[in-house]
Amino acid sequence: MTAYERLCAARAKGRPTARAYIDHVFDSFFELHGDRLFGDDLAVRGGIAELDGKSITVVSIEKGEDTKEKIARNFGSPNPEGYRKALRLMKQAEKFHRPVFCLVDTAGAYCGLGAEERGQGSAIAQNLMGMMGLKTPIVSLLIGEGGSGGALALAVADEVWMMENAVYSVISPEGAASILYKDAGQVERAAEELRITAQDLLRFQVVERVIPEGEGFEAAYAQIRALLQQTMARLCAMDDETLTRVRYERFRKIGGLME
Amino acid sequence: MLNKSMFIKPRNALEGDGQSNAQPSIPEKLCRACPACKAALFSQDLQENLMVCPQCGHYFRMDVESRLRLLADEGSFAELYADLTTQDPIAFPNYEKKLAAARKATGRPDGVVCGTARIEGQETAIFVMDPQFMMGSMGTVVGEKITKTFEMAAERGLPVLGVTVSGGARMQEGIFSLMQMAKTSGAVLRHSQAGLLYIALLTDPTTGGVTASFAMEADIVLSEPRALIGFAGPRVIEQTIRAKLPEGFQRAEFLLEKGFVDAIVPRNEQKKTIAHLIRLHERRKEI
Repeated sequence: MTAYERLCAARAKGRPTARAYIDHVFDSFFELHGDRLFGDDLAVRGGIAELDGKSITVVSIEKGEDTKEKIARNFGSPNPEGYRKALRLMKQAEKFHRPVFCLVDTAGAYCGLGAEERGQGSAIAQNLMGMMGLKTPIVSLLIGEGGSGGALALAVADEVWMMENAVYSVISPEGAASILYKDAGQVERAAEELRITAQDLLRFQVVERVIPEGEGFEAAYAQIRALLQQTMARLCAMDDETLTRVRYERFRKIGGLME
Repeated sequence: MLNKSMFIKPRNALEGDGQSNAQPSIPEKLCRACPACKAALFSQDLQENLMVCPQCGHYFRMDVESRLRLLADEGSFAELYADLTTQDPIAFPNYEKKLAAARKATGRPDGVVCGTARIEGQETAIFVMDPQFMMGSMGTVVGEKITKTFEMAAERGLPVLGVTVSGGARMQEGIFSLMQMAKTSGAVLRHSQAGLLYIALLTDPTTGGVTASFAMEADIVLSEPRALIGFAGPRVIEQTIRAKLPEGFQRAEFLLEKGFVDAIVPRNEQKKTIAHLIRLHERRKEI
């Protein structure tokens, strides 16, 4: 498949959104609302789930399934209060020593008046720093679109996984085409040249794992469940200092340069 | 600073400032028009007035050398990591050409200058982003150098002063640019956990991935007057909401009002303000 075909698959109508993963991977899920500062951003859906008798905090970006829900969830483009809700739930997970699992699926953080007024940049920055220092394991899975800083704000993790047709990029191929080639039509070329596919990012060692989607995702959900059990057990065995140091080193080496 | 291109005739388009000099005209380096009030200004007068229009107070962008002269004690700046160069990590077409032009224009391999300096006698780690190098965009070199600066400062127990100007993450380094946001944030955090002070001075424009990482992670966030500061650029927002933005939106004064900037500091007060803030954090040890 070309990068553009994968981009289309990542955005395709009917592709499972975060809700489907939560329903299939976990035994129960109790949703928690609000950032305690401004409001409740429905683009971010988080709560406490159970996995084989163990508690786990799940934070997801939910695009919504039908048109009505998509509008309510702002098509999965969070506002600052969404990122602040995410960080609140992660800090809560830290307090109770339960691991965090993030499901990422966004075209990007919302670019609106209110988002800027309420500090979109600041909210994302606080998540990056907060996740970097979080004293509990974090695994992030990119399930569809990984749109720039808005996706990274839920993907500073001990391990980052991608679904086989998910994409992850510093800028949308549309944005790159219009800025770099001055031609919004050259999306296919931009998608190729930006190296946004899961396969590229695995090769760059930016992600640890690519999960095959298979027919209807059923096998994928089972694999994610098994992988989460193994990975969280291993990460939970690490002391806090080692865990956060290894997490920093994971990102520290990306794009590391020698003088 | 007088640009070399004032004396040397560029041999090709990549030399000089990238503008065509085919038409005889008053060289821009001698005389400049203020984009705000249209006054014709002598470059030397402008330099002496810290690149602020003497007629209307408009802030011109400041090059790295002038900024260091403004903030650091004379002769105290010692540059670090000056030779780091990008490996072009995603082999992006035509990136090498763009880099060559930016290197020619600035005389350095990438978009940030890092080192140590004294500010009113106080040893400080410092980084200054370069607006002339691909609009201060952050790729692997900018991310790596800023990370190294925070690591060095944490090790040596120094405060950090960062002067930001950026269009955001550098597209031509793809996902590697995005990852620099996480990497620099980790370095800021570790410096912070050592109980050390980080002051950011935001200048026009500070946007995108830089705003959404180390620019907004400082203990004290200062800004120049009228600087554009935001996550999304104004044009992107206008396209998203399909409306014109109100006057003053995303300017420093707006961010101060909304609670995202601690203080707006004019250029002629920046050095003494920063020195004062560093001293306030030195005193902590004596109490």
